Amino acid sequence: MKNLADLEKFINSELTSKINNSFIKHNNIYLNINQDELIEVISFLKTNKETKFRQLIDITAVDYPENENRFKMVYLLLSHEYNHRIIIDYSIKENEVISSLTSIFPSANWMEREVFDMYGLNFKNHPDLRRILTDYGFEGHPLRKDFPLTGHNEVRYSEEQKKVIYEPVKLEQNYRNFDYESPWEGTKYIKEIKKS
Amino acid sequence: MAKEKKTLNLNFGPQHPAAHGVLRLILQLDGEIVEKADPHIGLLHRGTEKLIENKTYIQAVPYFDRLDYVAPMNQEHAFALAIEKILNIEVPARAKYIRVIFCEIGRILSHILNVTTQAMDVGALTPTLWGFEEREKLMGFYERVSGSRLHANYFRAGGVHKDLPSGLDSDIGEFCEKFPKIIDDLETLLTDNRIFKQRNVDIGIVSKQDALDYSFSGVMLRGSGVAWDLRRSQPYDCYDDLEFKIPVGKNGDCYDRYLCRIEEMRESVKIIKQCLKNIPKGPIKTEDGKISPPPKRELKQSMEALIHHFKLFTEGYRVEKDEIYAAVEAPKGEFGVYLISDGSSKPYKCKIRAPGFTHLQAMDYLIKGHMLADVPAVLGSMDIVFGEVDR
Repeated sequence: MKNLADLEKFINSELTSKINNSFIKHNNIYLNINQDELIEVISFLKTNKETKFRQLIDITAVDYPENENRFKMVYLLLSHEYNHRIIIDYSIKENEVISSLTSIFPSANWMEREVFDMYGLNFKNHPDLRRILTDYGFEGHPLRKDFPLTGHNEVRYSEEQKKVIYEPVKLEQNYRNFDYESPWEGTKYIKEIKKS
Repeated sequence: MAKEKKTLNLNFGPQHPAAHGVLRLILQLDGEIVEKADPHIGLLHRGTEKLIENKTYIQAVPYFDRLDYVAPMNQEHAFALAIEKILNIEVPARAKYIRVIFCEIGRILSHILNVTTQAMDVGALTPTLWGFEEREKLMGFYERVSGSRLHANYFRAGGVHKDLPSGLDSDIGEFCEKFPKIIDDLETLLTDNRIFKQRNVDIGIVSKQDALDYSFSGVMLRGSGVAWDLRRSQPYDCYDDLEFKIPVGKNGDCYDRYLCRIEEMRESVKIIKQCLKNIPKGPIKTEDGKISPPPKRELKQSMEALIHHFKLFTEGYRVEKDEIYAAVEAPKGEFGVYLISDGSSKPYKCKIRAPGFTHLQAMDYLIKGHMLADVPAVLGSMDIVFGEVDR
């Protein structure tokens, strides 16, 4: 369907119960769906001849530590035929398992591995769920908001042991996260020093 | 007695000249035939997305130069567009033209590197030497406009950092006159070269359907016959007013992708020429003092300018709560930024969609059944740069 508003109406009427909310902004359709219906929604959007979202652009997650459903999964799809983009999202809890899209889009493989690596979310029916970007033997999930920016371990070559070794991060200077939005209250680490 | 079949595991890289950076490939070989390829990436992972979450929007721009470091400004462009869309900034016409000129220079930079190193991977050294001479000139233009040859940090939300220095436009024009001759020279070395063709024709064939399923974009998609270019289909900046063709391949093999890149360079030259001809005079960034810093000379005279300057370079500008995906046609394919802002001066989340990541993923599919010697040829034609794959 060429017209974006018509397309949104069409998707809503076809997938009524599976969609919680939808709107158009920045020339994209934003769709909030039920987590359990993910596979149905995506395969409908891919195969229906009015939508033809035949390319998966990206999969990612967003971390909101204060929410009960901590993570938001995001899927970006593109339709070459009708020249539209759609952004699909839903919220999940930390230990919930997500359905893998690899059976619909083979390219979901690495994208889901990246989400697994960076956020620690698990996928079911994924053929090869391993870490992808981080180091061999890495612990933790770097893009979670509670993972420190400096990380936990650092690597160096040890002249004594004649090999590369891992050590806990030692900083010569504290990482200074200045809070410029309220400059009178000082930075976090100064507040902590004052307290102790 | 049946012969026992034995497969050989081969570790390719991470230090290998044909790996185009730090790729580690675990290959499973049956004789000389590749049965399975398992790329191990992440050796250049620097946590760009995490770092951007901890920097203001202005401070985040240089990280984009360090992704695909052979075409830095194209990446900055995607980030700038994302912020502009959220904040609804009108970019002055001159800035749009300058950005397009430098994006096309970036495209030529990237394609020269790819075409010539791909040739080197299959045995030809001369194209690299000839091509890099031209890259040198182009990086000279980068330096004159932004102060550095590679990590430009030049695009801003709302325009560009500085206007073109005097004389630069005519020098770029002069380059555009001479460069097509160089492409011709490169073509005489490669296009009909028997060895080059033997190594590339019918190697790494991608069908139309598979190109879509594997999320290919850019030349990888067009090489397989899908006419899709974001500059044409979802035009940004001034691409709407420019005339250019989109070369499309037929067979989807390494050779077609090479031909596409060569033609794209010629089109880029045409685009730059049109831009230089039509570029209007005027401001080069938005005049909204809340977003673009005031000119230096005003700092000593105007209280308001001083306050703006101070606030912009400490707190940075705030971006209202929103979520957006903005993409550009980078030399390697669709480069996108998925940005979530929360009303503060730092992005809440910035996912970088790198074309190389999805392309490299298809390595196993592309190389299965080919010979070991085809690995560098396929890898070269995918145009992989590890800065953007690993992020």
